[in-house]
Amino acid sequence: MSLALDRLARTLLWKELVQGFALTFRYMFRPKVTLNYPYEKGPKSPRFRGEHALRRYPNGEERCIACKLCEAICPAQAITIEAEPRPDGSRRTTRYDIDMVKCIYCGLCEEACPVDAIVEGPNMEFAAETREELIYTKEKLLANGERWERELALRLELDAPYR
Amino acid sequence: MSELFVGTIWPLFELVLLTLLIVVPLLLAVAYLTYAERKIIAAMQLRQGPMFVGPYGLLQPLADGLKLLFKETVIPTRANKGVFVAAPIVTFVLALVGWAVIPFGPGLVLADINVGVLYLFAVSSLGVYGIVMAGWASNSRYAFLGALRSSAQMVSYEIAIGLVIISVLISAGSLNLSEIVEAQARHGWYVLWHFPMFMIFLVSILAETNRHPFDLPEDEASLVTGYNVEYSSMAFALFFLGEYANMILMSAICSILFLGGWLPPLDIAPFTWIPGPVWFALKISAILFVYIWARATLPRYRYDQLMRLGWKVFLPAALLWIVVTSGAMVALDLLPK
Repeated sequence: MSLALDRLARTLLWKELVQGFALTFRYMFRPKVTLNYPYEKGPKSPRFRGEHALRRYPNGEERCIACKLCEAICPAQAITIEAEPRPDGSRRTTRYDIDMVKCIYCGLCEEACPVDAIVEGPNMEFAAETREELIYTKEKLLANGERWERELALRLELDAPYR
Repeated sequence: MSELFVGTIWPLFELVLLTLLIVVPLLLAVAYLTYAERKIIAAMQLRQGPMFVGPYGLLQPLADGLKLLFKETVIPTRANKGVFVAAPIVTFVLALVGWAVIPFGPGLVLADINVGVLYLFAVSSLGVYGIVMAGWASNSRYAFLGALRSSAQMVSYEIAIGLVIISVLISAGSLNLSEIVEAQARHGWYVLWHFPMFMIFLVSILAETNRHPFDLPEDEASLVTGYNVEYSSMAFALFFLGEYANMILMSAICSILFLGGWLPPLDIAPFTWIPGPVWFALKISAILFVYIWARATLPRYRYDQLMRLGWKVFLPAALLWIVVTSGAMVALDLLPK
């Protein structure tokens, strides 16, 4: 009897409705969680795997020694390397292409690299309108390295204790 | 010549001017109602809502309107062209026509007719036609289903609304909207005397204007927005404007019938300084907020639940309340002379 009365009261007084409305009303004054993306950005881990870059030594010499470990480990076979000895006898790449369309951003190339030459940087805003623009050549990768060097070095340093 | 001017042209001109004085702010209110809706729902969902067009996204409604204006009007080949084009116009015009009898303040009414409530009721019933025409003329299954749902729903809830209004009419003793408001100055707002009816009315106008949680005619999930699927560009915008103007109209009716129209909450100094139309606007806004609040809170009803609520709950409850009201008034000799 009292159970039925309870139910009746709940129905007639709109208990659940009032509770629900109160909940949404309280939520209206909570701080918003929106991030205005192009103007605001969330924090990124030093391990974030974004756009690739080829780094240089501080004296300007390129790090890559054309060992082709990255090419070998790449699960998507996105990397193509051709190498020849330079006139001074040093072994360097003549071609270092990454097909960013094939790339799955797994980060195995940077882990395989013995000299920290190929790295994935923090940049993730490199969308393009054609596929051709997304086939990165050695020049493009080296230019990326120059552009992002400060952040790349910082990220490697921050992550070094865990490697 | 001067007689022609004073006798015919000037009154006509005055009428047009007064109409514009109602319609233009109304359209602005409709535009900013969509903005308010997006902002409030966003806030309740911890989002920001429109932010980029103008400061705090304040120009968003204008941008939306312009976008729709510049789009191509698509008329489906199998549509009944005349009816297809007429439907949004009918909806929009009917949403505006009701405002003729709404009193904004003491004496501030375009047509102070003695059957104001009946007129409003008639206009809001006609509103179904726009939707049914749209659904039928589109020659599309989804649109037709939406129109069917809409007409059945609006007809059912009109009955509930009609009975709810009757208890107010018995207490006020008039069908004239201004007089109903003035009666509330003497009796106190009817929301106090007829609180259950106020709640039923509030829910019924949600159903009557096809709003959440009763927006089955435009159920995105099952009808891909229902009766207006085939519409694009300005025709779609007219439906939208009509729907929102109807919301405002219904809120206005609700505040006139139950919340004392232009009357201040208490007839003492700080409240009486604020002019009547401002109070009226505030009350309308409060009810519109409930509309939007409900949309952010409640899930959509099932169609049979909707029908059950209208016919088996609201209708008997309203009938019962009429009996109680009239019985009490006769017993206590309170009947308006």
